[in-house]
Amino acid sequence: MLKRLVVLVAVIALSFTFAVKDATSAEKEFRIGWLAAVTGWAAQIGKDMTNGFKMYLDQQNYKFGPLKVKFIVEDNLAKPPVNVRKAMKLIKRDKVHLFSGGLLASTGYALAPLAERTNVLYISPIPAADDLTQRKRYKNFMRLGFTSSQNSHPQGQWACEQGFKKVVTIAADYAFGYETVGGFQKTFEACGGKIIKKLWPKIGTKDFAPYLAKFPKDLDAVFTLMVGGMSLSFPKQFRGAGFKAPMLGGITSADEFILPNMGDEAIGYITAGQYSAALDTKKNRAFVKEYQKRYGKMASYYSESCYTAALFIHKALAKINYKYDRDKFKDAMRSLRVDAIRGPVYLDKFDNPVHNVYIRKVVRISGDHKGLGVKPNSLWNKVIKTYPAIGQFYPDSAEKFLKQPVYSKNFPPCKHCR
Amino acid sequence: MKSIELLISAIALGLGIICYLKLDKKNIILKKFVMLFFGLLTIGCLTPFIDKYVPLSQLIMNEILVFGVLAMSLDILMGYTGLASLGHAAYFGVSSYACAIVMTKTSWVTSFAAYTWAQSNGLGIIFLLVLAIVVAIFFAAFFGLLAIRATDVYFLMITLSLAMVVWGLAYRWSAVTEGDNGINVPGRPSLFGINLDNDYNFYFFTLGIFLLCFSVMYLFVNSPFGKTLVGIRESEERMKMLGYNTWLHKYIAFIVAGIFSGIAGFLWTLFNLFVSPPDLELITSAEALFMVALGGPATLLGPVIGASIIKILQQFVSIYVERWPLILGAIYIITIMVSRLYKVEGILGIVSKIRGSSASSKE
Repeated sequence: MLKRLVVLVAVIALSFTFAVKDATSAEKEFRIGWLAAVTGWAAQIGKDMTNGFKMYLDQQNYKFGPLKVKFIVEDNLAKPPVNVRKAMKLIKRDKVHLFSGGLLASTGYALAPLAERTNVLYISPIPAADDLTQRKRYKNFMRLGFTSSQNSHPQGQWACEQGFKKVVTIAADYAFGYETVGGFQKTFEACGGKIIKKLWPKIGTKDFAPYLAKFPKDLDAVFTLMVGGMSLSFPKQFRGAGFKAPMLGGITSADEFILPNMGDEAIGYITAGQYSAALDTKKNRAFVKEYQKRYGKMASYYSESCYTAALFIHKALAKINYKYDRDKFKDAMRSLRVDAIRGPVYLDKFDNPVHNVYIRKVVRISGDHKGLGVKPNSLWNKVIKTYPAIGQFYPDSAEKFLKQPVYSKNFPPCKHCR
Repeated sequence: MKSIELLISAIALGLGIICYLKLDKKNIILKKFVMLFFGLLTIGCLTPFIDKYVPLSQLIMNEILVFGVLAMSLDILMGYTGLASLGHAAYFGVSSYACAIVMTKTSWVTSFAAYTWAQSNGLGIIFLLVLAIVVAIFFAAFFGLLAIRATDVYFLMITLSLAMVVWGLAYRWSAVTEGDNGINVPGRPSLFGINLDNDYNFYFFTLGIFLLCFSVMYLFVNSPFGKTLVGIRESEERMKMLGYNTWLHKYIAFIVAGIFSGIAGFLWTLFNLFVSPPDLELITSAEALFMVALGGPATLLGPVIGASIIKILQQFVSIYVERWPLILGAIYIITIMVSRLYKVEGILGIVSKIRGSSASSKE
């Protein structure tokens, strides 16, 4: 019996010790923790994100000035509770200087308080929950992606200027959907448009027939916010049901991540985003070309955002002479004006980026577009209008904007709904 | 005096050995209990010491203890009563949500005032524990009424669908649960002046609750009542013929399992300080089921071993192996194949079979 006890203790001790690793921190090392899905449903998006960040590090040979960059990837399974534990691991075990990554808005909500609690900076490349840089700000949270409603504010204005009067919205039933639609509705109705119906299919809906049946026939356009597989099936079923109205949408309804899998039904889809792979600048062409060469895929806003996050970290470090101090680093981040792939970017005083918002239209471009090496005859998000330097509160001032509640299913109220 | 853990674990080990030597050989149940209790205590106390050399092990052990309680509670139902449930995360989830809501919803004046009052008297954590238990009892009592009449696959399906209802509530009722954003808990209340925000203190708090739950559950399954549950598992008809009200017995087992699942939820809220819908979705229920199946049902210790393996793989091995689920899958397959070979269940079943055969060959 005693022998058994000893064996039991030995087994447990062994299972812990096989993980022993030299945890002494080298002086000239800069450790970045990275949370992305490696397995699970979001593994492909996670790969795009990690590739974007890694590509920058590769280009710099994992050297930020005199510092050697240690990039530690943790699999978060795209689940908020897992993120919390993995972030704790990065902080406690790897003693990272800062951490980044995460995909869902809920991940942002899970990680931001943790960053405040543990006094480690969290730089959010993707999580877009509005309130994280608006009403519920956390101390060590900085964003380099976008807020959900940031792109749809100018898009609402644009749609109104195109003469659309009656628009139906259909969006995934979660915070990202509410906020994207809310932003669109606010500026669209402020300019005189009318939202005549709001529909909320749950995430992962494959069959839109019950929703399409509720569509009024006299709509001028539909505004969508689809994620994942929904993005693929909605345009097909919408066109299949005989609707001829133009489709507008949030960034994930037709981003570069999903475009290669879409067909002709997506042509003409108009979405707003802070990035498009078809952006005709020298920087972006080089980026798309290299990304295609390295990973055999079209660059998406996931990869661009993460690439830009790495770029910002590097520049901010350079500004403080590579001597990391959290508060000085934060100040350096705030003072940066970076010419990123997506265009000029800087942080507002709420630590949210101000950048161009592009109104993009899906087109098919025959042949090897500009010699970028992307598969011929691909669909591209052609930029048809640029709104320069758009912040998260556009067109209001921060004070005025923050007086309204956060966008939700019931805000703004649907005054013209039938 | 930081090596106090070593001292405690040495004492625990010593006590365990003394009890083992001194106790009457015939009282197997008591003897086994004492051994397991002191064994777990020793390992538990040793972990913070190991943590100094292997950072993170205390954090992972803490998580193992939380999920250990969950897996053991499922074992009452699955191993002893023979009712495999796919909705056990429901009680885990509602209790953790209840704790998080009471701690954060300042607009709910009554509940928040009650919590602040309890906290100002140093009872905040007791208040939460009681709340978690009450909520779990309430849900388990209600769900039990609907589910207990069924058996086998039908029981599995009913528990699954009931749990999905709770998940839907957590996901959609965003006025209360914050929807998929989840609830962040600002910090842990103190216990009689002990600051539990300190991870080290909280670890020992969890260990204490874990051992308490283990002891109570051990008592429960080895009591005459627990034996009737085994009887029901083996042959419900026969138990009915003997005059037992099997429905009531199963119902009580269901509620007791729910209570401990709720306690695990309470620990989880305080451990992770973050509650969100994935905590009560199907995958969490299935994970608990795997823990029990892997470790060995109807053993109580088995589920804890299962929880350890799964959590160590998830948290430690994933650092080195990107495709860690493959290893998990391999372990499952090997365990199942070997246990089929020996006609036993789970890792603990295999171990006892091997031990049994070697012992019998010696004699």
